[in-house]
Formats: sequence, C-alpha cells, structure tokens
Amino acid sequence: MANIINDETIEYVGILAKLELSDEEKEQAKRDMGRMLDYIDKLGELDTEGVEPMSHIFPMQNVFREDGITNTDTRGELLANAPEEKDGMFAVPRTFE
Amino acid sequence: MAKEYETVIGLEVHVELATKTKIFCGCSTAFGAAPNTQTCPVCTGMPGALPVLNKQVLEYAIAVGLATNCDITRYGKFDRKNYFYPDNPQNYQISQLYLPICKKGSIEIETQAGGKKKIGIHEIHMEEDAGKMIHDAWEEWSLVDYNRSGVPLIEIVSEPDMRSAEEVIAYLEKLRLVIQYLGASDCKLQEGSMRADVNLSIREVGATELGTRTEMKNLNSFKAIARAIEGERARQIDLIEEGKAVVLETRRWDDAKGESYSMRSKEDAQDYRYFPDPDLVPIVVSDAMLEEIKAKQPEFRTEKMARYKEEYDIPDYDIDIITSSKHMADLFEATVAICNQPKKVSNWLMGETMRLMNEKEIEPQDLSFSPENLAKLIALVDSKAINSSVAKEVFEVMFTQDIDPNEYVEENGLQTINDEGALRKTIEEVITNNPQSVKDYHNGKEKAIGFLVGQTMKAMKGKADPGMINRILKELI
Repeated sequence: MANIINDETIEYVGILAKLELSDEEKEQAKRDMGRMLDYIDKLGELDTEGVEPMSHIFPMQNVFREDGITNTDTRGELLANAPEEKDGMFAVPRTFE
Repeated sequence: MAKEYETVIGLEVHVELATKTKIFCGCSTAFGAAPNTQTCPVCTGMPGALPVLNKQVLEYAIAVGLATNCDITRYGKFDRKNYFYPDNPQNYQISQLYLPICKKGSIEIETQAGGKKKIGIHEIHMEEDAGKMIHDAWEEWSLVDYNRSGVPLIEIVSEPDMRSAEEVIAYLEKLRLVIQYLGASDCKLQEGSMRADVNLSIREVGATELGTRTEMKNLNSFKAIARAIEGERARQIDLIEEGKAVVLETRRWDDAKGESYSMRSKEDAQDYRYFPDPDLVPIVVSDAMLEEIKAKQPEFRTEKMARYKEEYDIPDYDIDIITSSKHMADLFEATVAICNQPKKVSNWLMGETMRLMNEKEIEPQDLSFSPENLAKLIALVDSKAINSSVAKEVFEVMFTQDIDPNEYVEENGLQTINDEGALRKTIEEVITNNPQSVKDYHNGKEKAIGFLVGQTMKAMKGKADPGMINRILKELI
C-alpha cells in the first residue's frame, strides 16, 4: 500500500464525518482509505491531457421542471420519520449558533 | 504619527428568488405556512429522492447576470457542499462551486463625492436555502421547520472593490433595484429575502497587499450593515495597533450590542469537500435560450427615466423618486394608463404618499393601494364631487386599507354640497356673524376673506367647494 493514512488524518476525517471510531475501527479505516487512495493514484496514471473533466456519467443535459406547485401537505408522513417532534417540527438536541 | 487605514470590503449577497416553487421540487415557497407543510422527500433529504432543476430559477439567475454585465456560463453544473447541521437534512447543500452560472460582471454606483465607481462581480451562483431553526432558550430542544429548505437562492459575490459603508449601501441599493426591476425577488432585508455577508479587511493606506479578512453575518438592515462595518473596522485597527493579528474567521454581528463575536468552534472544521452532484445533469445554455431571456429583460431605471422625460410632463425630481422603486413606477404607470393624468398621479405620489410613507415607515415596495382606486380618487376631485382636503382624508384610508374611494365617499356622505342655494344661505349667516372680518376685508385686508371661507367650510362640515365659496363670498360682501 503506497498511501499511508496517519492518526492525525483519521481524527480529522472522523470530525468531518461526525463519527466516533474505536481504536480498532480506526486502524481498519486507515487501511481501507489507503487502499482507496492507491486506486485513485492508479487512475492518475492515465493520460487525461486535453480531456474535459466529466461531471455526469449519462449523456444527458438540461433536465428541467416548470415552476408549478405539484406537492401537497404531507407533514404527517414526514414527521412519522422524526425521532422526536414538537409543534409540527423536528425536535433535535439543542444547537447554538 | 498615527497610521491611516483603508477598509477593503467585498460582499456575498444571497437573494431569494420569486419562484412559486422550490429549486429542485414542486413544493410551494409561499411565506408563512404552518411548519413543515410545504415539504417533500426531495427538500427533506430522504434517501433516493431526486432533485430536478426549476427552469425559472435558471432564467432568473441568467437575467440577473445579464443585467449586471456578467459572462453567462454556457456549460454549468451543480456541486454538493457537505456539512452537518440540523437545518440541512441532506447533510449537503446543493450549490455551484466549479462552474457558477454567471461570472465577471460589474455594476456602477454613484459615490458620495458625486462620481461613478464600478464594483466588480466575481460570480453569481444558484443554490438552495436551508431550513429554519427555532432555538428555545428554556428548552433542551431546537425545532426545525423545512418549509424554507430548498427555496431557490442566488449568491452574488462581489470583488473586494468597496472602501466604505456608503459604497456598500450604494452597491446593495443598486443591486436591489436591478433585481426588483427584473421581478426576480422582492429583496427585503428585514424579511431575509436579501441577505448580505460582509467580508472586511484593513490595510495601511498605500499598501497593495490585502489584509486578513473576517466575514460578518446576521446583517438585516442597511443601518446594521453600516454599523457592523464601522465596528469591525475599529476592532481590526485596534488589533493591529496592539501588534496582534486579525484571524480569518466568521463573526456574527449583534446589532443591539453593537459588537461582533466569533462563530468559530474547534469542532466545526470548515472543509466542505465539494464535489459535482451526480443527481443533477449538466446545464447547457444555448444561444436560443440566452436570446429568449435577453428579449424578456424589462425596461431598467435609466431607460425608464428617459422615457418618462419624453412622455410625461412631470419634473425630473418626481421621475427620480418614482423610478427609484419598481413598485412605485408600476403604480404610477398603471394609474396613468387609467386616468391619463401623469401630473396629478405624480402629485399624489410625491405629496401624500411620501408623507404617509415617512409617517408610517413604509417602504415603496410595500405600498398597497391599487392604481384603480387612485384613479377613482383623482376623478372624484376632478369632477368636484369632493374637495381636495376631503380627498386627502379619503387617501389616508386608502393608503392603509385600499378602500374604493367612490364607495367610501358615498357611505360616509363626504360629497361636496353643490347646492348653491344652501351655500348662499350659509355664507349669508357667516357674513352676519362676522362683521369685523367683513369690515377688515373692505379696509383692504385681503386675508380676512380666508377667515370667512374657513368659517363657511366649517359650517358646511368641510364638504363645500372652496372655489364656489370664494365666488359667492366676493359677490355678497
């Protein structure tokens, strides 16, 4: 494995992904991420000189919708998924701005 | 000697577009609905839901770009900006980083010195708004309403070309006017349909390198923006004079306290890991699409002013005020179209309308009386059915409630009494009761007649034609 993920990187990725990993899981994740980066490096060996970066794999463009209301009130269904609800809203652990 | 500093300011302006539906789904954007009643799997980030771009959003964004002299990106796409926060149910915001729809524009502002200055626009991109969070100070919960999630926004990023609060406000006013003329948004700062984040740094006068900037959020009025700029400039100068460094960070302006505080926290790494959104296909703006949007561009203020000068016999000052708001200009034109009396319509707008707007602190875009009713009021005065002071009373009611002046005058019995016999009788009484004024008038005191007219009007409960009173009075004394 050419790419070695250090402890600092795995901590940082953990913060970004809001994941708490055990030491064992961290070691596993470091190995997996290293292998993924190796794969990306492999792709990097290809000559892409003059090739426009592709942003979509299907040969499609300009899929639009007209500006008309098609949806109705489905709050009941939506809130059925909420772990906690209050006054028709999702209740989440208090956040500070 | 004290050092002199220059303030360097760039703005990020978010504008909520006036579409009926959200940017990627058919949910209504109407304001004020009960929480979460305008949501669907797309705007609440349900797995597997697929966003589809609202064509009107693209057209508005291009129209704003054209009106601000931007290059329109002919091959564009959307990207995901990843972050976790409960107002963002997908855990990413769909935005545009790599290929924003508009680039390299500019608008011209008038400076305080009376000159003109070009403010560069770095780019304009399309993105979705987040949900609204309600923080209850006494509860352990924060509540989330996703009605606003997915409401279309454009973000207009300026170059760091502004040097003072005055220039910032001139830029914002110009931008707002252009967007209102396009009908792309109502741009209300207080209601959040226009929001400005201020990027500010300072440097010594003459320096060419930019200083470290901070970004200030939560600015919801022009006054707050001006105060925040002064406050942040002073804070940064103090830091530098004390030999400390300005830290690159986002700060929240507390307008009540008149100070800003850092929003930074160690847990919130600012690393958005943007990547192209695979759910949305590329946008190709064809020549035909561009021409179609260009053809639909409205008459902007400069052209409108020139046309008014040509078509209507009203003073330049009136033209300047009327065209400074798209809504007022629309109101003016629609009323003139009905009654064909530009001068009278303009007088109502310049006089009573402005007076009541100041008194009630109402913005021109919030004027609520209809052109039909203003035209009816003008007709009532023209036909001498009511006199001008009664007309002002009626207008004041119309201003707040948009009543039909014909009905209102009828219901409240405000018509001028045109019964000359009755009027004559009243005047005769007034003359008898005020011999001193009559004497004064005969002794050359012209003003005395004004008193007699006033007394007659009072006796007629304000419902007489002052011209007629004058004529009869002069005849009788």
